[in-house]
Amino acid sequence: MPNENTISRRGLFMKVGILFNGLVATALAVPVVGFLLSSISRGRGNGYLSWVPLGPIKDFPEGETRLATFRNPFVTPTDGKTVDTVCWVRRVEGEQFQVFAINCAHLGCPVRWFPQSGLFMCPCHGGAYYRDGSRASGPPERGLFEYPYKVQDGVITIQAGELPTPGSPTASLLREKPPCAAGNDLAPRNDLISIDGSKLYASRETNALPGEKKPWA
Amino acid sequence: MGLIAQVGQWFDRRLQLAAPIREVAEHSVPRNTASWFYVFGSAALTVFILQLVTGILLALIYVPSASEAWSSLQALNHDVALGWFVRAIHGWGSNFMVAIVLIHMVQVFLFGAYKFPRELTWIIGVFLLLMTLGMAFTGQVLRFDQDAYWGLGIGASIASRVPIAGPMIVKLILGGPIIAGATLSRFFALHVFVIPGMLIGFVALHLLMVIKLGINEWPMPGRLVKKATYENEYHQLTRTDGAPFVPYAVWKDLFFAAFILIAVAACAVYFGPFGPTGRPDPTIIQTAPKPDYFFLWLYGLLSYLPPSMETPALLIGPVVAIAGLVLLPFLSGEGEKSWRRRPIAVLTVLLIAVTLGTLTHLAGFTPWSPHMNAWSGDPVPDKFLHGSTALQRQGALVFQGKQCRNCHSIGESGGERGPALDSVAVRLTQDQLIRQVIQGGGNMPAYGKNLSPAETTALVAFLETLHPAGQAPARDASREIVTGDTGQKTADPGQ
Repeated sequence: MPNENTISRRGLFMKVGILFNGLVATALAVPVVGFLLSSISRGRGNGYLSWVPLGPIKDFPEGETRLATFRNPFVTPTDGKTVDTVCWVRRVEGEQFQVFAINCAHLGCPVRWFPQSGLFMCPCHGGAYYRDGSRASGPPERGLFEYPYKVQDGVITIQAGELPTPGSPTASLLREKPPCAAGNDLAPRNDLISIDGSKLYASRETNALPGEKKPWA
Repeated sequence: MGLIAQVGQWFDRRLQLAAPIREVAEHSVPRNTASWFYVFGSAALTVFILQLVTGILLALIYVPSASEAWSSLQALNHDVALGWFVRAIHGWGSNFMVAIVLIHMVQVFLFGAYKFPRELTWIIGVFLLLMTLGMAFTGQVLRFDQDAYWGLGIGASIASRVPIAGPMIVKLILGGPIIAGATLSRFFALHVFVIPGMLIGFVALHLLMVIKLGINEWPMPGRLVKKATYENEYHQLTRTDGAPFVPYAVWKDLFFAAFILIAVAACAVYFGPFGPTGRPDPTIIQTAPKPDYFFLWLYGLLSYLPPSMETPALLIGPVVAIAGLVLLPFLSGEGEKSWRRRPIAVLTVLLIAVTLGTLTHLAGFTPWSPHMNAWSGDPVPDKFLHGSTALQRQGALVFQGKQCRNCHSIGESGGERGPALDSVAVRLTQDQLIRQVIQGGGNMPAYGKNLSPAETTALVAFLETLHPAGQAPARDASREIVTGDTGQKTADPGQ
């Protein structure tokens, strides 16, 4: 019977064996964790983003909002149709565009554009947005996500590659409006006209008849 | 000695399992637990085994690739003999399993079975519930169709709201920056290897504890649980008023398990398999994705939460709920077991059941969603246009053309997002109608930029006619005094 204070040869070997396994397990854990987190580490610092063309700007008439399809910049063999994504392209005028993500800023469902009422509507939880992408009503906390765009040689190109979610780079690149303007879209903007009496129907976006009597005047 | 007995003995000398199995089967349980209330645990186990078997069968055909999964499901539905039936059993088995696990949990809660010494059994049960829901969600993803694709988007949007780590969690869930091939592959691994493996381990532990600690006795009002005395009292009970589990109690489990299997098979035959719906093609946006039945309540909740509360509710709500369930046996580990003397427990269950039921019901017809095709659907019913002026008819056209009916119903047809407008003129005066149309508010978008003055005038003229016969429209009394103008459309068609 060995003394409790001494350590037996076999007991030592067992402890060294456990230690040895611990070291090997730790060493193996590094590549395992690296593998598991590879989808995160690869995308660090907008690593997934790339410029993709949407087509010649003549396909997008001024004052209209049209659906455009693009292929995600990263494609793997098993992706199938999932890499083909769509976005709403609004040509404000000239080379001034707004490119909205199809994903509702609430929970990512596909929003649809209704030119007659000038609204984007979401089929899931009833979110609605104005033609400039700002929040109109419903559960979304903010306006539609916008892709950064540039026009080169008559072709509009957007920076895409990530699913637009409230935390994605696409979201952070959107020009955020002050919270007071987000709710009712009454804040003045350069390209739109605020509701403040006479100025209202000066917008080129409406077909107001000059000199027409305002029903509330 | 017969041949079968000899073979049996040969194996048992080597396996040595007959004695422990007999001991478990014949262990004494309190007589009053041989009840139809005690069959849900074994029923959940039965459906779990059914899911394992049918899941393996489906894996013989299913291809976990984003480019081929949908086609392989179509092949299962249409080309492989009885493939539709196996899919239907697996889909309905999933619904039944969630339901039975929830019923089991309610029964255990109301019978006080989570109290000492069965706290850990309850906590593992909570994990089993979470894993069951995890299987349900990942299973819905493997049915890689439009609902699965956009459902993943909803999951990613919720996860991305986590402060700081949100975007990283999204990439971890999706296996990349977008919903694509890697996403389906990792949900396949979760649904087929990770979660089932954990489920098998935890179910084994759960069962072991039920056998070691004994099934919870039928709760008697006034018989309180005390840590110092409970175990002795329980053993006393099984000695004086006990009976062997097999066959005294097990026959009810067997009958109920068979009944559940028949019910699953009947649903499978009658209703058929779930989906797949449209191809998982993100360029097809004419879709209104909806989750499977057991997540519909969440879908409903998400549309009713005010925007400011949504992120906190989504992130903190589940943590509080799970923490509450896990801490329950520590908060009330002793005392009264019977539901007859636990009114708060009964009311809590009723409240949760009514809440979930109401939200599920609402999610069935989504009164909050615009009707996307209402504007091109039925025209404004004739009865609203009888005797109307040219201006009012023009307004009816504006009403139809500007998609007002996506959100508002008239003549019982149209969306339910906003109030029905059949009698809107009774509620709002002319000025209020104009203001509401132009500025919106109360969850209505502002139409000021999309309606010309002529259109607004016509629309409001039409809206003012919408009041029941014999009920006067709302009028602005002060305006009458100040201007002498009634401010209302009168019956004079020349106006």
